[in-house]
Amino acid sequence: MFGKVSFKGGVHPPHSKKQTETVAIETLPAPEKVIIPLSMHIGAPSKIAVKRGESVKIGQILAESGGFVSVPAHSSVSGKVLSIGNFPHPLGQNITAVEIENDNQDDAVATEPLDKDWREAAPGEIIQKINSSGIVGLGGASFPTHVKLSPPSDKKIDTLIINGAECEPFLTADHRVILEKTEEFLTGALILKKTLGANDGIIAIEDNKPDALALVNKTLQDSKFSALRLVTMHTKYPQGGEKQLISAATKREVPSGGLPMDVGCVVQNVGTALAVYEAVCTGTPLYQRVVTVTGPTVAKPANLLVRIGTPIRNVLEHCGVDLTKTKKLIIGGPMMGLAQPELDAPVIKSTSGLLTSMEIHPGVKSYNCISCGKCATACPINLVPSLLARYVEKDLYEDALDWNALDCMECGSCAYVCPSKINLVHFIKLGKYHINAIKKAASKKE
Amino acid sequence: MAEETAPSMLHVSTSPHIRHNETVPSIMLFVIIALVPSFIASVWFFGIRSIILTLVSILFCVATEWVIVRFLLKKPSTLSDYSAILTGILLAFNLPPDLPLWMAALGGVVAIGIGKMAFGGLGNNFINPALAGRAFLLASYPAAMTTFCPTRQGSINGLAQPIDAISQATPLAAFKESLANGTFQALDFQAAIPNLLTGNVGGCIGETSAIALLIGAAILWYKRIIGFSITMTYIGVVFLLFWIFNGVTSDILSSDALIIATFQIFSGGLMLGALFMATDMVTSPITTKGRIIFGIGCGVLTFLIRKFGGYPEGVSYSILLMNLVVPLIDRYSRPRLYGKVSA
Ligand code: SF4
Ligand code: SF4
Repeated sequence: MFGKVSFKGGVHPPHSKKQTETVAIETLPAPEKVIIPLSMHIGAPSKIAVKRGESVKIGQILAESGGFVSVPAHSSVSGKVLSIGNFPHPLGQNITAVEIENDNQDDAVATEPLDKDWREAAPGEIIQKINSSGIVGLGGASFPTHVKLSPPSDKKIDTLIINGAECEPFLTADHRVILEKTEEFLTGALILKKTLGANDGIIAIEDNKPDALALVNKTLQDSKFSALRLVTMHTKYPQGGEKQLISAATKREVPSGGLPMDVGCVVQNVGTALAVYEAVCTGTPLYQRVVTVTGPTVAKPANLLVRIGTPIRNVLEHCGVDLTKTKKLIIGGPMMGLAQPELDAPVIKSTSGLLTSMEIHPGVKSYNCISCGKCATACPINLVPSLLARYVEKDLYEDALDWNALDCMECGSCAYVCPSKINLVHFIKLGKYHINAIKKAASKKE
Repeated sequence: MAEETAPSMLHVSTSPHIRHNETVPSIMLFVIIALVPSFIASVWFFGIRSIILTLVSILFCVATEWVIVRFLLKKPSTLSDYSAILTGILLAFNLPPDLPLWMAALGGVVAIGIGKMAFGGLGNNFINPALAGRAFLLASYPAAMTTFCPTRQGSINGLAQPIDAISQATPLAAFKESLANGTFQALDFQAAIPNLLTGNVGGCIGETSAIALLIGAAILWYKRIIGFSITMTYIGVVFLLFWIFNGVTSDILSSDALIIATFQIFSGGLMLGALFMATDMVTSPITTKGRIIFGIGCGVLTFLIRKFGGYPEGVSYSILLMNLVVPLIDRYSRPRLYGKVSA
């Protein structure tokens, strides 16, 4: 293995992965009911394709893709459509979802792998398969994968990076996938690389997962994977951010306001690569995913293979979560995850982890900013978070915009290090919201 | 903030949901701990007087803050952030050993009352409170503030052989006078350097021992509480300027030039100022770029005051002046945006 790479800035929160990193993926029994939202991705919501009372099978399309930047949603159980209505969504607000009662028969629609070997297939055929399988980025952003694979013709992609950083503390789902589905996700990487026509295929993993690094390194010795190479990264948050990953692996800088494809890169998460393999080689659409369930009030921390649409409550019950002691429930990791007000929302395609906490407020007491500059040093985008927060607090949105508030990726590094415990991300998010509202209003006037 | 209590008793707040355990009080506490070696040195060289002066200064700083916060602002006490104690120590360290105690007390009241609370307390003050107190005393009681006694070991200017005419002067004053009256001998000042390192010279109680100050600063460097940008540029610029414009020789490769430059960085309040006063987070720039500009500014001003000013010393005024331009520096030292598209 060669030298380790990283990016500038960032923080070193405790990894807190011990509880689950050695726990093998376990299949969560399908629940009695699933709730499958029509929007589990960035882009247009899917269009409903079933009726109330209709019988459905596993893998059956419940809702068709709603446009180019959209994907279909598949059923994760067999049974009957109980209702189509408004249900809680983990990203907040109720949205339309299909409620299905599980008949526990696990009848599945006939799987349809690609009708030829993927090595012989045209990129368009693979992209079509990935799209119809409902695959989105499983790392958290849930951007439809087929869109990333279809760059405009003037953007030449030369590098595919598979994101195995899993830099959020507590989460180990990707780590387990790397260990337990090694060949599968690497094959997914090969498929992605071929589809993009990239000449470099990088598997990027942080050095806090030595077992994963060793196993991937060994597997890559096999000549069928010779098109891929392993890159070891220093463990630092947010190493798994697209821009940070690209900087670390290729030394390229994604332009402000631009996309990875502007520097010839496409980044896909480990879980996404696995989903691509399953769609293309086994014909299984995306109706389940691995979720890490952990935290101080979880009796049996686990990495669970969960059917999409399983209510969070069921997952927590399975892991013996003590709800009386749980003060906070976070979907995702502790740095960027979203705190949930209730337990009725379902696990969706982007749910990488469920994390409980006994603390209401991290860091209790807050103080005035003491200009220590730690937030600026930690910011991977080189913003000055303390100034941004001050501008937003005084409603100086123009200044916040001028100081590049819109470039903030909300990684939370600044607020994590702040000794004054100022909610910097809260202020910056608020500022971005106002700036965008002002911009919208201005463009309407014109 | 964005928080509400949902019926299920689950709490909602903005990410991140974990925080580093470093806090404002923990930072202040570490700076206080880092000043302990210098305090011990000051007691060693100036005796019990150092202890009394420091205690009086701390007491009046703390009391002033408490009275203002509790009785004028009617807010919960802010003493638990330890910053008032720190200001008290730093103010005392900037006072001559024989200063009347009531002056130290007055300095404490001014430091906290005007230097800090008048601006809105910790974080809102833009000048270093301890230096505000010192500057007030220096302007009001110049004689008392510039009268120094020898150490308990009998050294005042640290020179090898006491020069009669300037026997009651601190090393910096001795330097200035010897240049003025033509008695300058580089070897005398070279001999003073070991005394400057240990602190066996006259001066303000906390500024004399370079070694003790450096040991303390090492703790802060190690804990990453202060960085190198301000300190190194500040000291570096003073060294460089006195090396080139040493006032004695134009041959900068001569030992005289190097002796003068070395003598300058270890004497007076430069070490205390560059390590502990200029690095005060609240009153220095936020970004590394800004801090380098700030350090250079402090160095240039210190050089100018020491070289051309009426006082032999210029550290505290230099830092105060630079404190005033910090908002400006912050505005113009924006870090390069990641992925900045050059227009
Ligand atoms: S300002 Fe934004 S991008 Fe920078 S550290 Fe804070 S959250 Fe991350
Ligand atoms: S880390 Fe916090 S205290 Fe330090 S400069 Fe940033 S906002 Fe201010």
